Amino acid sequence: MSDLNAQMLERYRNNFLEEVEANVEEGEWVKMCMQCGVCSGSCPLGPYWEHPPQEIFMMIRAGKRDEVLKSESMWMCTSCYNCIVRCPRGLPITHIMHGLAHYAERLGLAPKQNPTRRFALMFWDNIAKYGRVNEALLSLKLYFMDGFSTGIKRALEMAPVGLGLFKAKRFNPMALIAHKGCKGKKDLQKILAKAREIELAKAAKFGG
Amino acid sequence: MSDVKIGAYICKGCGLGERLDTAALAKIAEREGKAALAKEHDFLCSEQGVAMIREDIEKEGLNRIVIAACSRRAKTEAFGFDGDGVAVSRANLREGVIWARPDTEEARETTQEMAEDYVRMACAEVRHMTPPKPNPEAQTHRRILVVGGGVSGMTAALEAAKAGYEVTLVEKTGALGGMAARLHRRVPDHAPYADPQETGVEQMIREVEESPKIEVVLNARITRTSGAPGRFSADITTESGQTRTENFGAIVQASGFIPYDASKLPELGYGKTPDVVTQLELEELVRKADGGPIKRPSDGKEVRSVFFVQCAGQRSDKEGHLPYCSGFCCTASIKQAMYFRDQNPDIDTTILYTDLRTPGYLEDFYRSGQRKGVIFTKGVASEVRPADGGGAVVRFKDLILDEEVEAEADLVVLATGMIPNSGVDIEKPERREGQSDEDYQKALEEAKARMGLNPGEESVLNLQYRQGPDLPKLRYGFADSHFICFPYETRRTGIYTAGPVRRPMDIAQAIEDATGAALKAIQALENAGKGRAAHPRVGDLSYPSFRRDGCTQCKRCTVECPFGAIDEDEERYPVFNESRCRRCGTCMGACPVRVISFENYSVDTVGQQIKAVDIPDEFSEKPRILVLACENDAYPALDMAAQNGIHYSPFVRVVPVRCLGSVNTIWVTDALNSGYDGVILMGCQKGENYQCHFVKGSEMAHYRMGKIGDSLEQLQLEVERVQTYEVAITDIERAPRLINEMEQLIEKIGMSPFKF
Repeated sequence: MSDLNAQMLERYRNNFLEEVEANVEEGEWVKMCMQCGVCSGSCPLGPYWEHPPQEIFMMIRAGKRDEVLKSESMWMCTSCYNCIVRCPRGLPITHIMHGLAHYAERLGLAPKQNPTRRFALMFWDNIAKYGRVNEALLSLKLYFMDGFSTGIKRALEMAPVGLGLFKAKRFNPMALIAHKGCKGKKDLQKILAKAREIELAKAAKFGG
Repeated sequence: MSDVKIGAYICKGCGLGERLDTAALAKIAEREGKAALAKEHDFLCSEQGVAMIREDIEKEGLNRIVIAACSRRAKTEAFGFDGDGVAVSRANLREGVIWARPDTEEARETTQEMAEDYVRMACAEVRHMTPPKPNPEAQTHRRILVVGGGVSGMTAALEAAKAGYEVTLVEKTGALGGMAARLHRRVPDHAPYADPQETGVEQMIREVEESPKIEVVLNARITRTSGAPGRFSADITTESGQTRTENFGAIVQASGFIPYDASKLPELGYGKTPDVVTQLELEELVRKADGGPIKRPSDGKEVRSVFFVQCAGQRSDKEGHLPYCSGFCCTASIKQAMYFRDQNPDIDTTILYTDLRTPGYLEDFYRSGQRKGVIFTKGVASEVRPADGGGAVVRFKDLILDEEVEAEADLVVLATGMIPNSGVDIEKPERREGQSDEDYQKALEEAKARMGLNPGEESVLNLQYRQGPDLPKLRYGFADSHFICFPYETRRTGIYTAGPVRRPMDIAQAIEDATGAALKAIQALENAGKGRAAHPRVGDLSYPSFRRDGCTQCKRCTVECPFGAIDEDEERYPVFNESRCRRCGTCMGACPVRVISFENYSVDTVGQQIKAVDIPDEFSEKPRILVLACENDAYPALDMAAQNGIHYSPFVRVVPVRCLGSVNTIWVTDALNSGYDGVILMGCQKGENYQCHFVKGSEMAHYRMGKIGDSLEQLQLEVERVQTYEVAITDIERAPRLINEMEQLIEKIGMSPFKF
């Protein structure tokens, strides 16, 4: 009961909302949602979200911190920007969804097995390392994400596409080894490390 | 009527000359219409055209004018002839004939017949009209009585004073300001609509007190009101019992509202803990805090969290709740949440709403509240109970997250609604002799719907009208008026309502409302002084009179007048208060012996038009359909249909009537007797959402026509030959369709056998 009481005191307060505002990209917009539901209705993947954007905004305001940050929902966003275009209040919903996913990941609360999360991490490691995406390596990693045999199967399925891209000079298998990345990779990595340090320090204030 | 001298003028402009044989029309006006002269003109509404008519009036001594041109709704200024002492009738050849008919060779004959009939009708009408003269006894007092010293009343007084009129402002309490004086701040009324603003009430009180034109009477009530616009007489009685009587030209009733009694909401914790308060009580708490931290009533602890419960006892069908939305409470809660957030952004404020209503630019105020971190959540509260150690727990269903939840707060604020302070129920059901229990119960139910939670104990105006001491109510106890078409006009001419007595509203709306009502009051008293109608037939000089020796004292006119304009004298004859009259003619339609008439509108002016129409014989395949169309909705709808190129049957003859309520059944039976094949009555929307300018006209007509079946049976005619419809001004496709349907019906059931 005391647990319930504590929960009751936390509910419908500004605490989690303020945390989101401080740490999530475009988080200061969450409070401006007027719960019309146009975003949820516009989302092409709407039916597949456990909590569509409108509901996530309400959950933040209701103080449901764990439920929001551990949710798979915002990882469903495909960045089609339909919701941003339609939101009558002008909320950058796509950006907020990515911001929330990003913050959850930073805190280590994001669902580990979510495929979008795994691909996102792969992409991040790739670009952070080279300063420019090594497409050949990224696709290869994506195909073999779930083990060797499924990797071979996926690669074979995609072979005709790869061949077409190769003929059109859009894809160079040699880049697997010859990819150089950008100039000053080391400096870039330093910048990124510093940014991460700042972000984590900010989140630490909220018990993340 | 030997001195009748008619001049008929037929216009050839706007295509009339090409489509019609105007020379033939002129001949008809002379031969059949007995016009002293008939002239054609290429462009009648031009300066030369009008000058020609004026010259004829002067030289030839014409006193009746027939304008056969466009609709009576067009060119009213050119063809007004105000002050020329002539009666004018308009034959609608443009909208009513050529634009309503196709321009083809086959249609030419029937179109010409249509035009000829309209010329005959106009001549017949004008012959039976008398040039209306203003009532020579008309007079007016230029002082306005304002009842109620709140924001609405003070605004009405100030606006009337600014326009140069003297005002007596009567307030029942000992101070001006009303409810608004109890507020800390008000919702903003100007850009950027971001923060609560000063109420401005003190400034307003100062202006009222300083105005040389406004006399304020505090601690006083109106104990008697009698008279009519221009000559009201009111008794003002102060608390000490002193009464003085004064005359007024018009009255503005701004009697405001009674706050909903929150003790009817024990389920929402009111009365169970002092930490559950109403919005008005929170205003007092904030004023008490005087800029310091706001403290909760139970133990004086500084408030750290507030929960606002919207729609408390409102928008609900439960017994003892208000069924309507009071409209001001959402923005008031946003304002109050800002009291806390502006003072200390660490205070949590949550507004629990079902539908947040922030009318107009107040959507920006909602945004500002969100920006300030007020939490808005959509849900319905089921219970509020005291929490351990002060404050309260709100149990509610979160409608977005679809779950039952509880939240605790130091203070819970209930957004309760407004109950109009509109006086007693003048239609209060009293058990009549021989009335069945069922009927009596039904009447009681209706009274409940009409009065809502309005206590109805004390009269505001104490009117000495035979219809009762206060204004009529339509629903929930609000003074009846049409909230879009004619918002301030009550059913008592010269008495205008403003502010929350009319409908729930906030300060900004009340100020706008009171300004409108003040202007209406001025309009009424000025027109009363000139012996003219105030509204809606602005400037109409005619007024009803009756032939005393024919009257049977049946009282139908006095009962059916929607505006309480007719009293009775000692011998139970009607006494017309013409400045209360709106010239609808409902009395004329009601009179079974047809003794009531206006100078320019009577049983004869319409009856003779109906008779003037040429009725072809049974075998001609040319039926005749009579349409009696309300001049406010149906007639303009038909005009507009023609303007939009919608054609209709050439066998129809449309007669505009002031109101369907003025239709005397004799017109219908006469028409059928003289060979018309069908009759259509077009009035406006009746019932609870009425659009009738004259409130009950359309309803009365439907009722009366419901009884015409007997006459039809006596004539051995099919009942379908008479149809009564509700037509809105927007029904421009439907109105012609109704006419065409009647034509088809006649084709099916055959022509009337009464053609001679």
